[in-house]
Amino acid sequence: MNPNLFKYVWQHTKRDQIWIIAVILISIPFGFMALDLPKLIVNGPIQGRGFTTPDATQRFMELKFTAPAWLGGGPVNIWDGIELGRMPYLVALCCVFLVLVCINGLFKFYINTFKGRLGERMLRRLRYELVDRVLRFPLSHFKKVKAAEVATMVKDEVEPLGGFIGDAYVQPVFLCGQALTAMVFIFVQNFWLGAIAASIVLIQAFLIPRLRRRLLVLGKQQQLTARDLAGRVGEVVDGIAEVRTNDGTNYERADIAHRLGRIFFIRYELYQRKFFVKFLNNFLAQLTPFLFFLIGGYFAIRGSLDIGQLVAVIAAYKDLPGPIKELIDWDQQRQDVQIKYGQVSEQFSPEPMMAQALQVATAGPVPHIDKAIEIKGLAVIDDTGAKVLEPVDMTIAPGEWIAAVGELNAGAEAMAEAIARLVVPTSGRIMIGDQSLQAIPESLTGRRIAYVGPDTYLRNTSLRDCLLNGLRHYPERPGTDAVKHHHLNLAEARASGNTSLDIGADWLDYQRVSANDHADMTAQLLAALAVVELEDDIFEFGLRSSPQSDVTADFEARILEARAALKQRLADESLSHLVEAFDPATYHVQASIAENLIFGAALHQSFTAEQLPDNEKVLSALAANGLDEKLFDVGRRIAATVVELFADLPPDHPFFDRLSFVRPEELPGYNVMLARIGPRGFAGAIKSDRAMLLGLALGYVEPRHRLNLLDDDLRDQIVITRQKITALIGPDAKQSFAIYDFEHYNLGSSLEANILFGRITHGLADAPARIRQEIRTTLLEMGLRTVIIEAGLGFMAGPGGKRLTQGQRQKIALGRALLKKPDILVVNRGLGALSPRTQRSIMQHVAEAQASTERKARMRMFWVLASPALIDMFDRVVVFHDGRISGDGKPDQLLTSNKHLKRLVA
Amino acid sequence: MSIQDEVSVLRRIPLFAHINAQKLKLLAFTSERIVFDPGQTLFMQGDEGDAAYVIIEGQADVLVNAAEGPVSVAHMERNAIVGEVAILCDVPRTATIRAITRLDTLRITKAQFLQLLTEFPELSIEIMKILALRLGRTTTELSEARSKLRSINAGQA
Repeated sequence: MNPNLFKYVWQHTKRDQIWIIAVILISIPFGFMALDLPKLIVNGPIQGRGFTTPDATQRFMELKFTAPAWLGGGPVNIWDGIELGRMPYLVALCCVFLVLVCINGLFKFYINTFKGRLGERMLRRLRYELVDRVLRFPLSHFKKVKAAEVATMVKDEVEPLGGFIGDAYVQPVFLCGQALTAMVFIFVQNFWLGAIAASIVLIQAFLIPRLRRRLLVLGKQQQLTARDLAGRVGEVVDGIAEVRTNDGTNYERADIAHRLGRIFFIRYELYQRKFFVKFLNNFLAQLTPFLFFLIGGYFAIRGSLDIGQLVAVIAAYKDLPGPIKELIDWDQQRQDVQIKYGQVSEQFSPEPMMAQALQVATAGPVPHIDKAIEIKGLAVIDDTGAKVLEPVDMTIAPGEWIAAVGELNAGAEAMAEAIARLVVPTSGRIMIGDQSLQAIPESLTGRRIAYVGPDTYLRNTSLRDCLLNGLRHYPERPGTDAVKHHHLNLAEARASGNTSLDIGADWLDYQRVSANDHADMTAQLLAALAVVELEDDIFEFGLRSSPQSDVTADFEARILEARAALKQRLADESLSHLVEAFDPATYHVQASIAENLIFGAALHQSFTAEQLPDNEKVLSALAANGLDEKLFDVGRRIAATVVELFADLPPDHPFFDRLSFVRPEELPGYNVMLARIGPRGFAGAIKSDRAMLLGLALGYVEPRHRLNLLDDDLRDQIVITRQKITALIGPDAKQSFAIYDFEHYNLGSSLEANILFGRITHGLADAPARIRQEIRTTLLEMGLRTVIIEAGLGFMAGPGGKRLTQGQRQKIALGRALLKKPDILVVNRGLGALSPRTQRSIMQHVAEAQASTERKARMRMFWVLASPALIDMFDRVVVFHDGRISGDGKPDQLLTSNKHLKRLVA
Repeated sequence: MSIQDEVSVLRRIPLFAHINAQKLKLLAFTSERIVFDPGQTLFMQGDEGDAAYVIIEGQADVLVNAAEGPVSVAHMERNAIVGEVAILCDVPRTATIRAITRLDTLRITKAQFLQLLTEFPELSIEIMKILALRLGRTTTELSEARSKLRSINAGQA
């Protein structure tokens, strides 16, 4: 990046800048003419100069000039123009004035649009380049930067640069042109008035920038403090667990308040100074007309200046302070953005930056790494200056499986990271054939070497995408949805120096995993899940998920089959009593009153159980047959019972644990409410009380709460209302909730609930566990396990994969690495969160997957083990101690001969 | 069965005889009613104890693991309380309880149970009585078993 903003802008926008300057230059004479015309109109047709007699005429649009002496001199007539009388002449001049107004307006429009585009393109280029640089930063640099600060620099801090870049060259030319035009014009009219205007402008030009120096300093401080603030907020969010578990929230509040205070005072001072400068500027600008009126008026009265001239000067002066002020603004902005740009470009230039050539997008298959990896004299010193790896030599032969063991940070981790290119060797090198690893493009190492670290960052995408992310290197085939204006997008991307690779394309490298289509790819995914033993977890995700958008008719049909099969199965095993199925014609005893009313799963927020008491439509449906009053009574009896039973208990009494209706601290409120309602009952109750009691009633489940509040009449009435409620709610019902219907898939419910189609009976021992088991067995027998797993792959991982456990993240990371079909798999304590038994069994699966491959051709492994218990699964063990290799050989030999390994095993 | 019915069932249980109706209602309200099918276990020997069960209706076997498999050592029926030892002493379940018939129970969690004991000393005395009776019975059975064993050994010798 060029450290000088102007050079950077010029380098990329030369042609555009020259073009726009040319346009501006062309526009200047038109501007001058528009200024000159009022004088002609006032002096000529209006005041009557040249029209001394009523039938006098003037030549309109006469084009003549006086040839210079070297051409012989004398007047040259190009066109004689048209003879016009006084009134037509006025009309003609006014029309010309109108045309000039239009032309000038159009010029301005064109110039502004062009500048805007120019600026936006440069902003786009700059932002792209910044992110491009982030992608090429040396990895050690990421230990020093805060993500939120980098993000604000890319997003906010370069923003004003974009606005300025469009004006960088154009604005001064444009404004100088305008100001000079006006100035020259004034000088031509009257030298002294010109001199006044010029001297005021000089005072402005001298004074204002001096006053603004402090503004620049403040601006810079503001930038830095705001960036720090963003960094701190980012830290608070990332470290929220630490903050909360240490009661540190108030320290954070104080810190943020302190920073905001600093920003406030900086900004307040900025405002004070800015508006003072503005005041001064305005004052000087107003001073000039004062002088014009006084001095110009004096001359006019004396007769040495005609009125037309004075009017024109004042009209022209109207156009002078604007450009001058903007010029001064421009100059300030120039200094400001130069500082900002300097800071940003400095932040984005850590060395050694990876060469662009090593990250060039590469299509198609890349060669295999089939040669031995020679590690020669490799040493690594970390950023604290500690030697984590002393000069070490090692060779990884084709097909070899190596276990690296040692104490924490004894060198094995650094070796793994060096092979994965995550650390740059301080000395020595890693050679693949005759090439140094550092000089090989990432398109080769990134596809042929897979790395699994102790914790993997997952983006907040579906698990499917998390797993497939290792296969996206190049837009392999055009996207299925044709992108609108694709060509326009491409052309614009090129104009801003952005990549023209299409994000909408299909980037998956099917060929590498020998997949032909989506189904093949899914099969590969499932195989990888089986290896890392993640199938069960994802199956559970699948059962709990409620897929909405991508539900195909076929999928629905299979879920409905499972629903029917489960019903049959429960009947066969005489377990039907464990589940009460949804039946639209009867009251569902195991469900709450709310569910019995809506008889469906909420699709819209306002139909969830919590929102129902405030849902106007539902309320009116209840009111239509007096059900609201009856439910109000139910609620009141619940409240009365709760108050009666719990009133004397201290709030921490263990009995409160089982109370699902109310929280202990709400009890006094209920007491007050019941007293308030008193004998007036439903009719006299206020709206909030009604909603409160209705909420209590709607949550009531008879077999769970056992208060004996429902009778057959009430149940019947609820069922009748249920049947009417859809009609009462009207056309929105379809978007509001999904009605339980045995023949249809329910969009509002999870897959598990869809298959169960009912509620598990309360109070039967082990019923939930037994039903869970029956559902799983049914699905397995029907061969629907993979269908559910596929649905589970739609589970969103959460930011940073936080919705998964660390063990699940590690499994996903290994699965993703294996899916790449790498030549070399580097695992750096990658399964540490899992039990040794699970680690061994996953290792066995990995080995089994390679069993059919010839030994030399199989995937190489360099596996840093957290415990040496698994070394028997490898061909070779390398023992690291204090940054050196203390033993290297077959596992059983080393176990007897190497003292460090012996100590680790002990 | 509603809370009111449960309260009248609980009142008939000697263990709860001294607890006032208000508290029994609260106990019923905050406890879970669980029905076990014949053959289902309430809990297994060695499990962590988290609740006691009052048998409202039905019969259950008390099984203890022996070398040759689970052996039935006692029989429980309505109004009995089972599973209180593990929550009183914080030890794993000392026996397995299995339903013989359909078994209707009220599940009282550890916290609720301990709270009741502190509030109603009469309940503690009842529990002591039950435990003492059981201990007496066990001691008798143990001495009978020992004398049997001695006579068998004497017979062999």
